[in-house]
Amino acid sequence: MSDRPAFILPPFALAMGMALSTDDDGNPIVTMQFGSHSEGRPGFLHGGAIGGLLEMAGFAALATDHARRGVEQRMKPINISIEYLRAGLPRPIHAMGQVLRAGRRVANVRVEAWQADRATPIASCWMNFHLSAPKA
Amino acid sequence: MADDQPPTWRNEGPFDPARAGQLLGRMGHGGFLGMRYGNHGPDWFEAELPWREDLVGAGNTGVLASGPIISLFDNCTAMAIWTRRGRFVPHVTLDLRIDYVRAAVPGRSVIARAECYQLRGDLAFARALAHDGDIADPLAHAAAIFMVLGESE
Repeated sequence: MSDRPAFILPPFALAMGMALSTDDDGNPIVTMQFGSHSEGRPGFLHGGAIGGLLEMAGFAALATDHARRGVEQRMKPINISIEYLRAGLPRPIHAMGQVLRAGRRVANVRVEAWQADRATPIASCWMNFHLSAPKA
Repeated sequence: MADDQPPTWRNEGPFDPARAGQLLGRMGHGGFLGMRYGNHGPDWFEAELPWREDLVGAGNTGVLASGPIISLFDNCTAMAIWTRRGRFVPHVTLDLRIDYVRAAVPGRSVIARAECYQLRGDLAFARALAHDGDIADPLAHAAAIFMVLGESE
């Protein structure tokens, strides 16, 4: 791995109060703070804000997987399917992705988001990414 | 399940999509993103998300992140369902699926148009597309399922 970070949060993620950390194995976790910027029904997280967090964690997981394998590819989301499992409460929310498969043209990623308890997810998604050679 | 509706919409009587649409861009996440009410019909609702520099996504390309587009779809499909119901019934997003068919053009507003195509018991089904000026050239399609909020929740 190079010294360059595998993934940098884009402006949208920073505006939404997202921050990057890693678990013990170096896998990226994206955490988003609660505030009026992420609020739907007062006192609850907005479903779209949760979706944006899941997607950001999917990007982070795939970028980290690429960096570990020394692969450099552009990634564009083809589709995302989000399941909302529980109401999002007014506290920080975390998300971590898992790359099921990354080939030459397509990567398949799963993401889960949780709040107080890692084992009690409040939302999950699958994402498919289109991969291509980096622009010269 | 995600709760996306401010309590101020919990008015008795008929649902007013234009009035609810004004609230959409004034409070919470929709207000932060700067969503704007566009138009509506008997079973559809349209809103706009103006381009903004701080909503840009990965890759430093100036292209709007897909996160705000997820939020726009979530709100527009919910509004289309209340519009078709004709009254406000609290509900939560059960499932939201989005196909991104092309990237948004930097600097352009994204417009989403959602249609509620089925109400069945405590489930409501909606589909939507998003474009950046030409509805015949969409940038994303969505399908959403909402569930009426239960007594215990």
